[in-house]
Amino acid sequence: MTMNERDLLERFLHTDPRDVGCAEAMGVLHVYVDLITAGQDAAVSYPGVAAHLAACGPCGEDFTGLLAAVSGEQADG
Amino acid sequence: MVKACAYDDAVQLASSAARDLDDESASWLRRLVSTTPADQRAAERDLHGSLLRIARAEVRRRSASTPVTGPELDDLAHQAASDAMLAIIAKLAEFRGESRFTTWAYRFVILEVSSKLGRHYWRNPPVALDAEQWERLPDRLGLDPYQHAEAAGILAEVRRVIDTELTAHQRRVFIAVVVDGIPLDALAERLDLQRNAIYKVIFDSRRKIRRALVAEGYLDEAGAG
Repeated sequence: MTMNERDLLERFLHTDPRDVGCAEAMGVLHVYVDLITAGQDAAVSYPGVAAHLAACGPCGEDFTGLLAAVSGEQADG
Repeated sequence: MVKACAYDDAVQLASSAARDLDDESASWLRRLVSTTPADQRAAERDLHGSLLRIARAEVRRRSASTPVTGPELDDLAHQAASDAMLAIIAKLAEFRGESRFTTWAYRFVILEVSSKLGRHYWRNPPVALDAEQWERLPDRLGLDPYQHAEAAGILAEVRRVIDTELTAHQRRVFIAVVVDGIPLDALAERLDLQRNAIYKVIFDSRRKIRRALVAEGYLDEAGAG
């Protein structure tokens, strides 16, 4: 197996024990996003949410969407 | 529009809003629970307008990854904004000021867009549920079994774990999402499950597969999640 294949496989199989899952991550998504827009390191306050958003495609999309919505609002304001 | 059962809580929250919340959030709350019907309706119109604008931006942002297009996409944005509005009004008393009001409210519409796009997937699905396209597995895992005997061994071990160590439900979910590439939200919609339930199955399946590959000497223990 090449190094590249090993990396891809490891990345695919990687699970973070801090991962809080979809329900908990979505439950605090608004708080997490507001921390980011306030310039704070949300991942330090919510490491389990950060781990989840990095691993879960759909929740990561929702996070990106909410961040874009709020950032656009600030830019408009 | 605010339901009576939640109204008292919402009014109480709004009355303390001025000292606890940022000015904009406090203003939204006060307006949405206003005792003057015309003011309350105006606030609801304004909020719905914002939700619709966010929903439209979100469906545009996701348009490349969905088969939904054109007027149907705009319809979806309208539905998402309306459903989010109902949810927000029903849960207004649950807003605790942990974030700005608009961030809390926009979360509802973003999640509605997600959910509705998942539902639309089944109108014209590129792959059927339970298609079991095993020929895609090497790509999904980033392996080329024709180049390395080790990769073929890994694939065989992964198949063994899927076939013998996963429950029937885990196997069905894992194959649908990982092998057949059905979006997680679409599968959740089809199986009438929460997104979290599907994610947990994939999470646990990955751990099982990784443990088996470590046991067989294909991967090192270090770095295991």
